[in-house]
Amino acid sequence: MLQFVFFVIAAIASFIVTTFPLAAQTLDKVKQRGVLVVGTKADYKPFGFRDTSGAIVGFEPDLARDVASRLGVRLELEPVVSSNRMQFLQQGKIDLMLATMNVTQERRQTVGIIDPSYYASGVNVLAIKKAALKTWEQLKNQKICAIQGAWYNKVVAEKYGAEIVAFRGQTESETALLQGNCIGWMYDDTAFLERLGDPKWSAFEMPLETILDEPWGAAVKLEERDGPWGQFMAKTITEWHRSGKLIEVEKKWSIPPSAFLKKVSAETK
Amino acid sequence: MMDLQPVWDWFRVLHATTGIKLTIFYDAFDRVRFLNGFLTSIRLMALCLACSVAIGIVGAWVQGSQLKLLRALTQAYIQFFRNTPPLVQLYFFYFALGSYLRITNAAGLEVPIVSNFVWAVICLSLYAGSFNIEIFRAGIEAVPKETVEAAEALGYSRLKAYAYVILPLAFRISLPALNNNLVNLVKTTTIAYAIAVPEMLYVANQIWSDELNVAEMMNVLLVIYVSLVGMLVYAMGRWERALRIPGYTP
Repeated sequence: MLQFVFFVIAAIASFIVTTFPLAAQTLDKVKQRGVLVVGTKADYKPFGFRDTSGAIVGFEPDLARDVASRLGVRLELEPVVSSNRMQFLQQGKIDLMLATMNVTQERRQTVGIIDPSYYASGVNVLAIKKAALKTWEQLKNQKICAIQGAWYNKVVAEKYGAEIVAFRGQTESETALLQGNCIGWMYDDTAFLERLGDPKWSAFEMPLETILDEPWGAAVKLEERDGPWGQFMAKTITEWHRSGKLIEVEKKWSIPPSAFLKKVSAETK
Repeated sequence: MMDLQPVWDWFRVLHATTGIKLTIFYDAFDRVRFLNGFLTSIRLMALCLACSVAIGIVGAWVQGSQLKLLRALTQAYIQFFRNTPPLVQLYFFYFALGSYLRITNAAGLEVPIVSNFVWAVICLSLYAGSFNIEIFRAGIEAVPKETVEAAEALGYSRLKAYAYVILPLAFRISLPALNNNLVNLVKTTTIAYAIAVPEMLYVANQIWSDELNVAEMMNVLLVIYVSLVGMLVYAMGRWERALRIPGYTP
């Protein structure tokens, strides 16, 4: 149902976008007013969150700062959430979106997703330390909590024989795991990073290798993807990969090294 | 066993030619999990039906007890389970009570004593049972006082009179209302998906998320539930007729 709603929203949104005339070029606009507005998450530690002073900091804000310094303009961060980030971009509230967004076909038709991707999240398991998991194969016939409707539930059940116990949302899965209803909880690896630093989760670990990587895309307005602004961003992200900037920022925020970045930087070098 | 491969292949062709995507027939993984979901649903329904009727019969007898405390307890149980939504009860049992009922297993892990399936059976039986008690009470109250007195005069104890005279008559009167409640119970078993009991709705939900065939799976669910409820109603109707005492029940 939710997917259908998303589809309808995406369809309507893409219709609106494609029928509107070409807006002023963002690159010129940004340089003219001397401010770059970037939409990032403010609730997804450590990728985008508020520090004790209330400022938005993290992995993505750092990348945004780099874009602004390349343009020689001031940076302004606008907090976004998953349900409004694409609309903010379309309405021109933000010039660029760096907000943990997975690349999907529908999204490609709604906003101008820049290639290459700058990061990727995969699937991992937050497991009870006592279960002593080492490999995905050990999940065979073990109860693993998950979220209903996640696309990888079937993949993991089929490939590794895990017994998926799927609940409606994060809270239910989390509670079920804490109560011992399953030996681990399968979800986006990036969502577990913050929890691992929390004493509440001291009896848990993320011992497996992340699998099923899905790229994260930066985005500009759809009609500007192939224009000067989109090309500038594509060039910038390629340079981030080549110079090791992404790995450096990843390290700065103590994010465990992602397989995706290692692979890409090996390819571009 | 008969080889069903041609049947599965036919559904694959159906998908290729018409776009109707019934993976539960031609995809081996989906087929097995949907079949297991179906069987889980049937087990859940059968257990809940049996337990809830048993609760109804016992509860209605206890309601007529001489002991005030026992009557009050039954009343409290009925009010609690009848007046709260079954989904809330299910969450309460599984997440609230379940967190206290844990043991440490051989591997040193704390595991729940009661599984989610058993919680679903307990919760749904108690829920439908509370209605059944009231349904049977209505039947008992409709049994003529003279008949009960006659049984007492013949030396029946309270339990014997209930088992041999009152209940058989009351049961016949209660059947139409019981019928209603049991149909409701069969449909309510689908809420067990909230605590991840892999019954039919849960499995269908996962399948349509994976295969994006929501419309097809919705129709499959519709057909199966209509058939299951239809069979229950038919069986109950037959039973009602078989139990009929000419001149007693309408």
